[in-house]
Amino acid sequence: MSDSQWKPIAQIADDVRSGRVKAVDLVEQALKTIEDKKDYNAIISTTAERARDRAASMDEAVKNGQNPGRLAGVPFIAKDNILTFGAESTAASNILKGFVSPYQATVVERLEAEGAICVAKANLDAFGHGVSTENSDFMVTKHPEDKTRVPGGSSGGSAASVMLDMAPFALGTDTGGSTRHPASLVGAVGYKPTYGLTSRSGVVAMASSTDTIGTLARTVEDLSLVFDVIAGRDPLDGTTIERDAAGYADSFVDVKGKKIGLIKEWMDEGVEEGVRKVIRAAADKLRAAGADVREISLPSLPLALAVYYVLIPAEVSSNLSRHDGQRYQFSVDKAKDLDESYTLTRGTGFGKEAKRRIMIGTYVLSSGYYDAYYRTAQIVRTKIINDFNKAFDEVDFLIGPVAPMPAFKIGEVDSPLKAYLMDLMTVAPSMAGIPGISVPAGRNDGNLPVGIHILAPQRKDRELLGISKAAEELFK
Amino acid sequence: MADLSRDDVLKLARLARLTLTDEEVEQYRTQLSEILKYVEQLQQADVEGLEPTSQVTGLKNVTRKDVIEDYGVTPDDLLRIAPKTEGRQVKVKRMIG
Repeated sequence: MSDSQWKPIAQIADDVRSGRVKAVDLVEQALKTIEDKKDYNAIISTTAERARDRAASMDEAVKNGQNPGRLAGVPFIAKDNILTFGAESTAASNILKGFVSPYQATVVERLEAEGAICVAKANLDAFGHGVSTENSDFMVTKHPEDKTRVPGGSSGGSAASVMLDMAPFALGTDTGGSTRHPASLVGAVGYKPTYGLTSRSGVVAMASSTDTIGTLARTVEDLSLVFDVIAGRDPLDGTTIERDAAGYADSFVDVKGKKIGLIKEWMDEGVEEGVRKVIRAAADKLRAAGADVREISLPSLPLALAVYYVLIPAEVSSNLSRHDGQRYQFSVDKAKDLDESYTLTRGTGFGKEAKRRIMIGTYVLSSGYYDAYYRTAQIVRTKIINDFNKAFDEVDFLIGPVAPMPAFKIGEVDSPLKAYLMDLMTVAPSMAGIPGISVPAGRNDGNLPVGIHILAPQRKDRELLGISKAAEELFK
Repeated sequence: MADLSRDDVLKLARLARLTLTDEEVEQYRTQLSEILKYVEQLQQADVEGLEPTSQVTGLKNVTRKDVIEDYGVTPDDLLRIAPKTEGRQVKVKRMIG
């Protein structure tokens, strides 16, 4: 990993609180890096004015003896499907062009309450639908180490922004891998918590039964501190759950004596040999550090992708019905009546992948096909959950690859189904609502980053972050 | 089963309130058929005795008191988002021809 211009987040905040470093300088540093590296297309818009104002008042507050919080002055970047003040929130879709939110996402409010400063909005596959940012309606984000390759997705702009050093951390979202996948491809740490631990309020809905807010940083330590600030119950999201009483910031779990299952179904020819090699080497390092690493079988996992691509389009088609040309700014004016206003606005405002998912969802939910597709997928989802429960009776953590191949060339994955197959291993944990992380594990023969997937049972986020901290050191 | 016709695609687009170009109809016909064929493997799975899952964390009946709370967003803030308004209402095109 290349050296970062940013100190560890706890230290940045400490410097700002003590007055050694000014928040305004940190904001300028972030904005300058964003400007210098704008040809990577990681950023859709900056929130420069608001960021400068907040930083100036923070420096003033410090001078007056006040404490701005645990993330004082720390700049961050939010995926553009997360509502923030200071810029449009478009989800990288034409249909949300011009939308300036009247409120902020709960996760952003919590970060601000501890002094963090949002400086920009990151590119994504529109509405979170994709694995490369190639489905953004605006532009394709380039891989920080090779501009001919993708950064992964859908939180590709967020992941790239962290490795491009634009800010010490970024927010993503993860419905079926959208934070873990790009983290793996660019060599960042990317976290998807237990479903319900992060509030979805103020986040553009994709698939409500698996949507989570992801965190991306360079180290597990930085990520854990940020996650500790955003996690927990929110009255604005009825599906949120209680946080761990011990918090998440200071967790450390020694790998020695831990039982770790290497998932057999994820180590076959569906995954490139170069990726498997890195994962096997990582497993050996865990063994050498005293972990009991064993192969474990979860026989229903090969079905997870099919479950995902029934249930998620179904939820997508329902969630995207609100984009009808009457509520948000984008609307086709030449329509002769309301119905035509709906169809023209949606037909021209949605990109190809959103329309594809809306139609699949409409198909699997339509009467006559509902039982064969939607209900069957919900039942197979139960099967997958049962497999995870059984596995966690035997082991403390599960490991495997995050993505079947490292960063691919822009344009290389040329059919929707081929792109869906990139989600092969990230969707199953989402279906089960369990936490998962991508930690940099090494590089393939082509010197591209490869992340290892570490999974834990629901609500064991503290333990998962703890062991990830230990694992990260072993893989360096 | 899932080899969609042009008419199937047009019907789906109609149900989902989407206009499609002729080129898109043909593209989606092949792409959607391919995706639906892939997910049809679920129909071979042994699901004997299993119940469907719709949510995963076991929460039940999350309620709150029926009182108004101020989150700092006014009706005017929300009206400002809409493409067209008149007075304090969202204005839409006519519904009946």
